[in-house]
Amino acid sequence: MAAFVVRRTIGAILVMFVVSFITYLIFVKIPGGDPAQRIAGKLATPQNIEDIRQKLGLDKPFYVQYWDMMKQLFSGSLISYSSQLNVWDQIKLGIPATFSLCIGAAIIWLFFGILVGVIAAITAGRWSDRLITVLALVGISMPVFFLGIVMRYLLAEKTSVFPDSGYVALTKDPAQWLYHLILPWFCLSVLFIGFYGRVLRSNILDAINEDYVRTARAKGLAPRRVMMKHILRNSLIPIVTLFGLDFAAVLGGGAILTETVFQLHGVGQYAADSIQSLDLPPIMGVTIFATFFIVVFNTLVDFLYAYLDPRIRST
Amino acid sequence: MATNTQSEFPAAAAAFAPAEGEPQKTIAGRSPWYLAWRRLRRNYVALSFLALFILIVACCLCAPLYSRYVADTGPNDGNLSGTITENGKKIPVVSTGHVNANGTFKVGGIPVGPQLFAAGGKYFLGADTQGRDIAVRLLYGGLTSLLIGIGSAVICTLVALILSLLAAYYGGSMDWVISRFYDIIWAFPVLLLAIALGTALALNGLHAGPINIEAGSLWIPTLIISYVLIPYIGRPLRGQLLSLREKEFVEAGVAQGASPVRIMFVEMLPNVASTVLVFFTLIIANNILTEAALSFLGAGVQPPHASWGNLIADGEKLIVSDPWFALAPGIALVLTVLSLNVFGDGLRDALDPRSTVKLEH
Repeated sequence: MAAFVVRRTIGAILVMFVVSFITYLIFVKIPGGDPAQRIAGKLATPQNIEDIRQKLGLDKPFYVQYWDMMKQLFSGSLISYSSQLNVWDQIKLGIPATFSLCIGAAIIWLFFGILVGVIAAITAGRWSDRLITVLALVGISMPVFFLGIVMRYLLAEKTSVFPDSGYVALTKDPAQWLYHLILPWFCLSVLFIGFYGRVLRSNILDAINEDYVRTARAKGLAPRRVMMKHILRNSLIPIVTLFGLDFAAVLGGGAILTETVFQLHGVGQYAADSIQSLDLPPIMGVTIFATFFIVVFNTLVDFLYAYLDPRIRST
Repeated sequence: MATNTQSEFPAAAAAFAPAEGEPQKTIAGRSPWYLAWRRLRRNYVALSFLALFILIVACCLCAPLYSRYVADTGPNDGNLSGTITENGKKIPVVSTGHVNANGTFKVGGIPVGPQLFAAGGKYFLGADTQGRDIAVRLLYGGLTSLLIGIGSAVICTLVALILSLLAAYYGGSMDWVISRFYDIIWAFPVLLLAIALGTALALNGLHAGPINIEAGSLWIPTLIISYVLIPYIGRPLRGQLLSLREKEFVEAGVAQGASPVRIMFVEMLPNVASTVLVFFTLIIANNILTEAALSFLGAGVQPPHASWGNLIADGEKLIVSDPWFALAPGIALVLTVLSLNVFGDGLRDALDPRSTVKLEH
């Protein structure tokens, strides 16, 4: 197990390095993406542009620039090109909103996903199963941003059941925090509830036919116990993987659409705003931040799997 | 999978052979595709959603006809100073601000709402702030969204299929390189990567060696979406192909001296064809959603081109005064994606009989 952990950790660090390097290349090599020219503006003389280029170190070879940028990134001194604000400070400002949104939504989607999947599987073939199957498909087909717009329009703009967008810090007013986040939470969860419900339903239906379930029934165990202890426990393993990956993806910029629609000013929205102005340092910062979560959760899921299933460790 | 149902179970076939004297009935060999079609034919839900998808495609294909003969305006033609005749009354397409007789102000710049048939088919869904006909833009936008969705699904599936075939056939270092390629795209925050690429390329287009794509070209979102979603098909396909590589029929092919291309495309490919087909249907739905998300954020289809995503973004600004502006493209988008998802589901049930067995329990 120790060798496996070391191998996977080295792999994860390598992936992060490659991802950051590729992000850097995309924005350095894309023509017209010259930051010095953009900062200098349209009326700048070639001398102005040259000065800015030297000041930012853009005249050095790109691998030196990449190295400098990573050094600044990890020492926390990376400054945005356009707004001149510290990137880490800006990301830290966005973290409470993003984390509140993602953690709350994750709890909701995990709970309802499992509930819906179990109900559909137990009543397979009956009307409740059909209804859930249809609703799950609608949920999967629903674009997050459109759902957000419709929710905002119906529940916050036409009738003011809920506040119309914005984020209130938990430390400032817990009640308002909750009140402001209910719509975004559900908006972000719908897709995953549908998806998890479907996956779990088919896993449970697969597991019901397994030999160990027949054995458990033959022993005379109560149906409820067979369901909870034998079927559900095994069917939830793939859900653990899915949840790890999805939660990481949502933390790392996957919530960008929900954040934009509900104006939550989280990390995702910071990324969207920086991308609009092709501001390289914040994009690098957020991409590293996002990749960090994705890689860490991927690796954690691998460890968990290796722990649950020793056969995996050798691969 | 050209298995012959007759020869597979000779003993069973003999047991069910008609007794002597009865007229000899020949049992027709049925291909797996035919059997799948028979299962699909009974799945009315899946078929009706396929019909819905075809209907949506047909409507979008009629966009030029609608624009020319009914709406009488192009998708990108503004009409700021124009008027329409509604019930014999002339009203401006985009209102001008003025002071009323009683001294109240009327704010200018507000486009007309949905006219339905009041203006003879013009401005069926109203106008946007530049006086463009929303219904025309909706149809043209649908065409764009479908084109990008299907185009990127074709590219994505083909690239993933070829890479996975190479990885599975050659194994070793080839497999290592291709798997790491999948890993890296997989580790990227997909939406961030797509938005970053989309915005960067939207400014100046892509000019690299022989590739020359102008800024604003539909190729840019198409290529970006196909690129970022490659591992979603590639990873499961590679796994399936790797296990096929160990099968006897592939060994037999190698022993007979068949060329790698022949083994990859004639021996291995037909065995994953059904998986690829199901993935292809579902990935179109996924790609249409991704395109809409990118365009909504301004990193996909660039104005003045319409797509469902940027129409929703335009409509969001006017949602209080004219909710149908955002709702119409949104509903079209949901119906398209839903029809593909339901049909894809039905297709999987039909092609993979195990899942139909599963449903009956």
